[in-house]
Amino acid sequence: MPEPKGFFTDTTVCIGCKACQVACHQWNDLPAGHGRSRSELPVLSGNSYDNTGSFSDVNWRHVKFIEQPLTQGPNRVAWLMMSDVCKHCVNAPCLEVCPTGAILRTEFDSVFISEPACNGCRDCVSACPFGVIHMSESRGVAQKCTLCYDRLKNEMVPACAQACPTNSIQFDTIANLKRRAEQRVSQLHREGVRAAHLYGADDKVLGGLNSFYLLVDKPEVYGLPSNPKVPSRSVVQSSFWGIMTAIMTGLGMLFAFRSRTTRSPLDRAETQKPAAGAKERPIT
Amino acid sequence: MIPSPSGLSRRDFLRTSAGFSLGGLLGLGLDLRAAQEETRRFRIAGVKEVPSVCPYCAVGCGQLVAVRDGRIINIEGNPESPISQGTLCPKGAATYQLAVNPLRLTKVWYRAPGATEWDKTKTLDWAMDRIARLVKETRDESFVETRSYEELGLPLPSVSAQQARKRVNHTLRIGSLGGATMDNEWNYVQCKLMRALGVVFIENQARI
Amino acid sequence: MPGLGTSYGRGGATTFAADLQHSDAILIMGSNMAECHPVAFRWVMKAKARDPNPCKLIHADPRFTRTSAMANTYAPVRAGSDIVFLGALIHHMVDQYERILAKPEAERDARDKFFLDYLIHYTNSASIITEDFRDTEDNDGVFSGFQPAQRRYDASKWRYETDPRDAASAAAPETFTTAVVSLVGPPAHQDPTLTHERCVFRILKKHFQRYTAQMVEEVCGTAQSTFQEVAHTLWSNSGPDRTSAICYAVGWTQHTTGVQMIRAAAVLQLLLGNIGRPGGGILALRGHATIQGSTDIATLYNLHPGYLNTPSALKRHDTLLDYIRAETSATSYWSNFPKFIVSQLKAWFGDAATAANSYAYDFLPKIVGDHSHMPMMVAMARGDMDGFFAMGQNPAVGGQNAGFQRKALAKLKWLVVRDLYETETASFWKDSPEVQSGELVPREIQTEVFFLPAAAVAEMDGSFTNTQRLVQWHEKAVDPPEDARSDIWFTVHLGRRLKELYRESPLERDRPIQSLVWIYVNEAANREWRIKDEPSAELILKEINGYTWTPGRPLEGAPAASFADLKDDGTTACGAWIYTGIYAGGRNQAANRRGDDWVSLGWGFSWPANRRLMYNRASADLAGNPWPKEARLAREHPRAGRALPGFVYWDAAQNRWMGLDVPDFPPTKRPSAPAQPRGVGLDYHDGASPFIMKGDGKGWLYVPAGLVDGPLPTHYEPYESPVQNTVYRQQNNPVTILYNVPGNPYAPVGSREFPHVLSTYRLTEHHLSGTMSRWLPWLAELQPELFCELSPEHAGEIGVENTGWVVISTPRGSIRAKALVTRRIQPFRLRERTVHHVGLPWHWGYKGVSTGDVVNNLSALVGDPNVNIHEAKVFVCDVRKG
Repeated sequence: MPEPKGFFTDTTVCIGCKACQVACHQWNDLPAGHGRSRSELPVLSGNSYDNTGSFSDVNWRHVKFIEQPLTQGPNRVAWLMMSDVCKHCVNAPCLEVCPTGAILRTEFDSVFISEPACNGCRDCVSACPFGVIHMSESRGVAQKCTLCYDRLKNEMVPACAQACPTNSIQFDTIANLKRRAEQRVSQLHREGVRAAHLYGADDKVLGGLNSFYLLVDKPEVYGLPSNPKVPSRSVVQSSFWGIMTAIMTGLGMLFAFRSRTTRSPLDRAETQKPAAGAKERPIT
Repeated sequence: MIPSPSGLSRRDFLRTSAGFSLGGLLGLGLDLRAAQEETRRFRIAGVKEVPSVCPYCAVGCGQLVAVRDGRIINIEGNPESPISQGTLCPKGAATYQLAVNPLRLTKVWYRAPGATEWDKTKTLDWAMDRIARLVKETRDESFVETRSYEELGLPLPSVSAQQARKRVNHTLRIGSLGGATMDNEWNYVQCKLMRALGVVFIENQARI
Repeated sequence: MPGLGTSYGRGGATTFAADLQHSDAILIMGSNMAECHPVAFRWVMKAKARDPNPCKLIHADPRFTRTSAMANTYAPVRAGSDIVFLGALIHHMVDQYERILAKPEAERDARDKFFLDYLIHYTNSASIITEDFRDTEDNDGVFSGFQPAQRRYDASKWRYETDPRDAASAAAPETFTTAVVSLVGPPAHQDPTLTHERCVFRILKKHFQRYTAQMVEEVCGTAQSTFQEVAHTLWSNSGPDRTSAICYAVGWTQHTTGVQMIRAAAVLQLLLGNIGRPGGGILALRGHATIQGSTDIATLYNLHPGYLNTPSALKRHDTLLDYIRAETSATSYWSNFPKFIVSQLKAWFGDAATAANSYAYDFLPKIVGDHSHMPMMVAMARGDMDGFFAMGQNPAVGGQNAGFQRKALAKLKWLVVRDLYETETASFWKDSPEVQSGELVPREIQTEVFFLPAAAVAEMDGSFTNTQRLVQWHEKAVDPPEDARSDIWFTVHLGRRLKELYRESPLERDRPIQSLVWIYVNEAANREWRIKDEPSAELILKEINGYTWTPGRPLEGAPAASFADLKDDGTTACGAWIYTGIYAGGRNQAANRRGDDWVSLGWGFSWPANRRLMYNRASADLAGNPWPKEARLAREHPRAGRALPGFVYWDAAQNRWMGLDVPDFPPTKRPSAPAQPRGVGLDYHDGASPFIMKGDGKGWLYVPAGLVDGPLPTHYEPYESPVQNTVYRQQNNPVTILYNVPGNPYAPVGSREFPHVLSTYRLTEHHLSGTMSRWLPWLAELQPELFCELSPEHAGEIGVENTGWVVISTPRGSIRAKALVTRRIQPFRLRERTVHHVGLPWHWGYKGVSTGDVVNNLSALVGDPNVNIHEAKVFVCDVRKG
């Protein structure tokens, strides 16, 4: 069993370049675009340099831009940037609520949606306190970051972390990341950045986040809940149900799987094409 | 954090339960088969990876182009590059879409004088022949061997009138623009050919 | 770039991006590095996150950008006032030297001695300038030699003071070698005590004395405390055990004083002892994949490959010997100039280039003026041009006063566009704003237009030279689709067709084409590909590298190993001497792929001679021993398991220069070698002169020759400015290149109609004119629309809300954009008034999945006098709700 792996995102070195978003699109064959038909680009949001706005079924990474007016000190503005992603929570509410067992915990301790098993019920969408999971309207399945499970299986770093020019997104074993993150916080404290702190590195947030952050302001400033709701059911119960559901759905799932995996990911754009109307052609 | 009965964290619990309980084995084992099934589609399994350089800015990040069956199927950062160490900016990360894109033009388009639409029926061979003839025509009409000192705005040298012209061997009616986005080898053959033709209006983006 | 070239000898970046990891402080100015060069910025962030001893990062810029957000110190500087800021830094550093010089010698510490040694021996601080020179201080804001009627300078008034030349040296030369010998002149008079009032150090001090912190506040709009912090940071992070770097980009070049801004940085880095040293230097950040390569192997009117000036009918270039006499600098490495040009002529014209016909020198066309981008478009607009190639460049969007340029295209008889996507240039006759408005009527446009699809980089072999002079090879991965072809395919096959068309011509003027060495296609090498007639990029690289000429057998001789192999007798052929060594041993060194965590000599090939950090002789002291910082870094970076003593140093046991980098110095020249006043080439320099391309081996604080607008940087206002120049009575660069042509009006100084300052710039998410980004939905969605950045104060004044439409106007045109109201943009409070600054990214046009107005419709044709670069970083505009 490999060690748990994940992301440590040091927002103090994020330059908001969005390479992570594009690398994610590229590796996972996700189309650009906006709205239900995804036939149009977004319009200028006016919200700093964030024009994709949120996670979506095709935006598994999302870079946030926070412009803060300053009244003291030499600068009149601070500009915080942060690349956000699925937290791969240790106590993952999505996994807890999934009725079909489609949401799995992998050997890397990441949280993975097995598409063939997803029945499109949306329970996970509402359970996620971070707004990570979205439904693909065209395909009827829940979508989110896979921590590049396929790359991990092939001993490659997730696409976003590999692309990140400044090492804001670091991928490693959780143990190594925590060590590095604590060193970085202490360095920043020594350099006078007193506000530097870690979010999700310990077990206070949903038992720990396998994607945790170094922040220099309150989590809410970054759109992160300080104290997200834990799942209503207990761990034992949920794992019991998870196992039972998995057993019960196992056979049927495998059938469904065969019929759907004949399609290559490169055909995704094709399947997202609405039945009628050439104008609705998605932008790939 | 919800403590498990034994006081282990959930992460530890899951790991140990996967190892020791039948339910865990069944549940996790089955789950992972499904996940692993999906990785059969691993997009760069068995591909040829060709070293390349990012076409965008001048930092020169290393890229690896993955090829299968004569098609590019992935482009990502080359971890061995000492410049970029596998990283890319968003443009570099989008290089795949620059090359593999239904909107990219791959046919010759021609516009006749006065036309209001593109003619998309011309062949590459036809276009090359036509361009070569136009270059020759313009060059032959406009080639100048010498210019007078007066024309050049220079004071007349105190020598015989015969020498009062300067050799220029050029045409001022053809221009060549571009180069900073194209290979060094292209820049070389382009400036060599243009100068041999007598073209002096040669420029690229260095002044942009 | 002449800014760096005249200061240090070569126009390239002095250092490489990964070396920034060792900087103790980095000043980024004239660049938005995090946004425009994110991966180079990786090394800046690595230095800043270093623990312990983090690098101090300074960003000076009119806008608070993603780079500013990362900086320890952000200094807001009004667009176009950079020389005031840099000049005050120079003033600050000169004061530090005065403090050191005032100390009795016994009281000077190692740091003091470092600075004095570097200043006196590695720069031209001690050289004495002719009495003809008069500074702006004494001459009402212009230098001596100014000729107002012609709007030009007589630069001979700025020279070094020397003994008179020997009469003998004027004798008519017989051979190239004697010609070069005859050019060696007496050295400049020196005053190593730096007290002579006409020595460079004193002139520098006097020139910059009026550039003060208070002036920075009043002219740049930067708080004095912020300026002082920058000055202190740079001084305290330079010296024997610390180095600071400067990074710049087109935020400096795109000004009518752009070359002088870079010069100011070059002066500053010499005063700080940061050139030629790891963690130091000036990194010029260039914007296109091989903009460095296309300057080295120039597709530029005024340069032949290898920085050989194009023969000009306006100069004494009538014969090859005249040309050599006019162009050779006999007391530097340039003394080899005859070898470079003769070998190039052999590479081009082969057996037709003989000693008897001066190696076919007359085959070369001569220039008769400025044939650069803007004059080219002016000629086109006049109807003086018939045919035009626009390849990988899109002047309909990227050109200044783009409406003017699009209308000029309509005057052509034929236009060839090569690109990956339909560019605005290709479809100017169909979709341009001028067609929309009826100003151009497609049926009346007689231009025959060819769009030829280009190959993507992954579809061809070839090399790019990146911003740090590093040539890297990319390999063909797949064939280009359908009619798409590589760029060399196009030019080589066009050349083949033209050679065929001219084959039978008896005319002398057609001989250059007939004789052109043009045998690049080897079909056997393309067996595995669909396209069989693809030229061999590697064969072209071999020609660029140079090889031994064998009569009748072009391109067959042995490749040259280094530029020392080149000859001026027709026995070698070489396309671009500065790249020689790239094909040494018949191996493509640009394809080397053994990198390490720093210098990476085994990765690619860096001109010249694979040197990564130029002028690295300066990383050792006068005796050739490494400075303390270099010794420490070498200890921390052992090579092959062994720690070397320094970065580049004199190894007394082996009697040669050694180090982690290739020494940028004659390998066996002793540090104590004396200068030979009659020596040719590098013999003229002593063993402590690191700048081997300069005639005196020194870094030039003061430029006695080589610039057209003055030997020292001087603040002039941008050509279009909302304010009067308060530094001098002279308002703008007196030799600015103007285009007083119909369709290119300028706004007067302090125009009420156009009261705001406008800068154009790039975003991380897009590229240049957008051809390579606006067709890519993955990029287009990240910045989907053109916007205009405004401060809340400005938006309030004109009643505009965030994302509301605004109309931006200049005397050249008007465009619409959505407002992005942000505190990142700030009004500049100057002595007399507050100036609003407006920002527009220029990536949009009328083709692509994301379209928008062309920002360059607003900019002007106006040029820097040294290089004729336009001034897109600052001009004036009006903004109203629209």
